[in-house]
Amino acid sequence: MTKPILKVENLKKYFPVKRGLLGALRGEPPKFVRAVDGVSFEVYKQEVFALVGESGCGKTTTGKLVMKLLEPTDGRIYLEGKDVTDLKTQEEIKAYRRKVQMIFQDPFSSMNPRFRIYDVLEEPLLIHGIGETRAEREELIYKALEMVKIVPPEDYVGRHPHMLSGGQRQRVAIARALILNPTFIVADEPVSMLDVSIRAEILELMKELKEKMGVTYLYITHDLSTARYFADWIAVMYLGRIVEMGPARVVIDNPIHPYTRALLAAVPEPIPERRNIIKELPIKGEVPSAINIPPGCRFHPRCIYMERGLCDVKHPQLVEYEHNHWVECWLAGKI
Amino acid sequence: MAKTVLEVKDLKMYYFTSRGVVRAVDNVSFELKKGEVLGLAGESGCGKSSLGFTLMGMPTPPGKIVGGSVKIDGREIVGLPEDVLRREIRWQKISMIFQGAMNALNPVYTIGYQMIEPLIYHRGMEKEEALDRAMRYLELVGLSPEIVYRYPHELSGGMKQRVVIATALILEPDVVIADEPTTALDVVVQAQIINLMKKLKKELGLSMIFITHDLSILAEISDRVAIMYAGKIIEIGDSQKIYYEPAHPYTQKLLAAIPRLHEDVDKLEFIPGQPPNLIKPPSGCRFHPRCPYAMQVCREQEPELKEIDKDHHAACWLL
Ligand SMILES: Nc1ncnc2c1ncn2[C@@H]1O[C@H](COP(=O)(O)OP(=O)(O)OP(=O)(O)O)[C@@H](O)[C@H]1O
Ligand SMILES: Nc1ncnc2c1ncn2[C@@H]1O[C@H](COP(=O)(O)OP(=O)(O)O)[C@@H](O)[C@H]1O
Ligand code: SF4
Ligand code: SF4
Ligand SMILES: [Mg+2]
Ligand SMILES: [Mg+2]
Repeated sequence: MTKPILKVENLKKYFPVKRGLLGALRGEPPKFVRAVDGVSFEVYKQEVFALVGESGCGKTTTGKLVMKLLEPTDGRIYLEGKDVTDLKTQEEIKAYRRKVQMIFQDPFSSMNPRFRIYDVLEEPLLIHGIGETRAEREELIYKALEMVKIVPPEDYVGRHPHMLSGGQRQRVAIARALILNPTFIVADEPVSMLDVSIRAEILELMKELKEKMGVTYLYITHDLSTARYFADWIAVMYLGRIVEMGPARVVIDNPIHPYTRALLAAVPEPIPERRNIIKELPIKGEVPSAINIPPGCRFHPRCIYMERGLCDVKHPQLVEYEHNHWVECWLAGKI
Repeated sequence: MAKTVLEVKDLKMYYFTSRGVVRAVDNVSFELKKGEVLGLAGESGCGKSSLGFTLMGMPTPPGKIVGGSVKIDGREIVGLPEDVLRREIRWQKISMIFQGAMNALNPVYTIGYQMIEPLIYHRGMEKEEALDRAMRYLELVGLSPEIVYRYPHELSGGMKQRVVIATALILEPDVVIADEPTTALDVVVQAQIINLMKKLKKELGLSMIFITHDLSILAEISDRVAIMYAGKIIEIGDSQKIYYEPAHPYTQKLLAAIPRLHEDVDKLEFIPGQPPNLIKPPSGCRFHPRCPYAMQVCREQEPELKEIDKDHHAACWLL
């Protein structure tokens, strides 16, 4: 069995919430947003691991922990077998950032508007001291732009980000992540702000880079359809926990957790015959705040299968329901 | 046969900017029947919202209606003076759920205050009566009536969107334009809002123009579909025909770009390039620079919308 490129173990991130003067005077205990609350997964070489869930479930926080943009409250992170949880020196962190790159959701705000495309791409090279001469750096920049099909590069390097379309800007963002030849890319909702046709173009590009260049991704998305298309593995998150995880097709075609089933039922599909049917949504209410996480199974207030005395008091664990298919639910397989 | 509540003919709305004239709505014609949902789709910047604003008789500056006709329930509204539009048409005959409206609720006023303002202003209602009506409409959209006393920040995204929908319905307009009403919402909430709109359509016989760039969402609700490209409707018709027998190359490409949840798709198609600049749109067929089938005639002459089947029109020289 090959070793995973990235492995995270029981990862947690709690953000403190301001109590307010009154709360502090009353001696109330400090409160926390449990944004990520015990998450474990492995990502293998040249594979795409998707984290899926509604907003606020902790996807971005997980991505930032992996990027080491945030310190975990608990848990460990391994890259290529090496424990990287406690990297301390600037040098170590710099070396890590060179291997692990991030693509953000918003192609409009992730670039300095005063930079030309050339500067956007040269910046990581200068930070990491890659390319001795300007000519060497220019060659790397042109190669990266060609890789993402911003061609001919000389037509684009002098432009500012606002002179590109949304799709072109996202491609430049991908080129910026690729230019350091990373081992691993965290892509946080890289296509959710783009039009369908451009979305397809970017997904195709990311897929091609995976196949040809061997790039490995953590793909963060709220869109199950693109996850099925692009990812090898899917983990569904709810309030800071992974509640179901497995090969993409298995999770989508044979969902076990009630939350996964509800998410799937809600996905719109381009089938106009169903337009007059009110869709059955097997879920109640809305996501509660991550400050007040329900006891027992954290999904129980919204679950249509909830069993009183069990689900509302005891927390289920993520267990291997069938080979490679993990579920965190007391009634897995019984509903 | 249901009656026609909205009839749009050769409508043109241009933005007169310092860099040139942006032809955002250019010769658009269609009809909407009572109780029908017409879905309007197309890439960002193709003129969907501009068309919506124009139908409300309120193009955003520097936009001006430069030609054509819009009849609501038989009455021409192009050319009506602003005070007549405000008193008699807007919100009462035709209303709009604006793109991003739920984030534009005023944080310093209660929900009730924001909802009753048009009732007092347009209908001359007493405050009591207006509040009563607001509460009834909140119930209609699945919210508790007490929400009138709450402030926007106390509500979730889904609840805010329901408030915005209730507000658009409160004067019982003949036509409602919903501009990307579910785009910023999570998938479960989005499905709940679509269910709500289906229910309203059935119970109130709403006639609606539903705008979105997401063809999957559009299929969930539209009886008919219009596809816009660069300021023009390039295909329109019965939604089953549009989804299963798309005639225009642009519509075909848009549909092939959607990843499917339960199907294995080997490769997604995408449309190379980007929608054109509407100051100097391409000659002939505006899609020709991106069209794999473009011919000589496409570059020279503009194709007209042509009937290709019952309730199915498309504008392409291949047809
Ligand atoms: N106030 C304005 N002044 C000048 N040009 C404008 C104005 N509003 C919109 N436009 C231009 O008109 C065209 C159509 O814009 P519109 O907002 O109608 O697009 P849309 O189809 O609703 O796009 P989206 O899907 O992004 O909401 C675009 O080229 C846009 O840049
Ligand atoms: N810096 C922060 N301080 C406090 N709370 C935060 C911070 N970042 C995220 N959160 C909270 O953590 C939870 C998870 O957020 P996030 O990881 O951004 O979710 P997602 O990316 O899935 O939408 C949310 O409740 C969010 O409000
Ligand atoms: S543990 Fe109980 S409440 Fe939680 S998802 Fe399973 S059935 Fe529902
Ligand atoms: S008219 Fe010509 S360019 Fe336009 S869509 Fe048809 S084939 Fe393509
Ligand atoms: Mg996020
Ligand atoms: Mg718009």
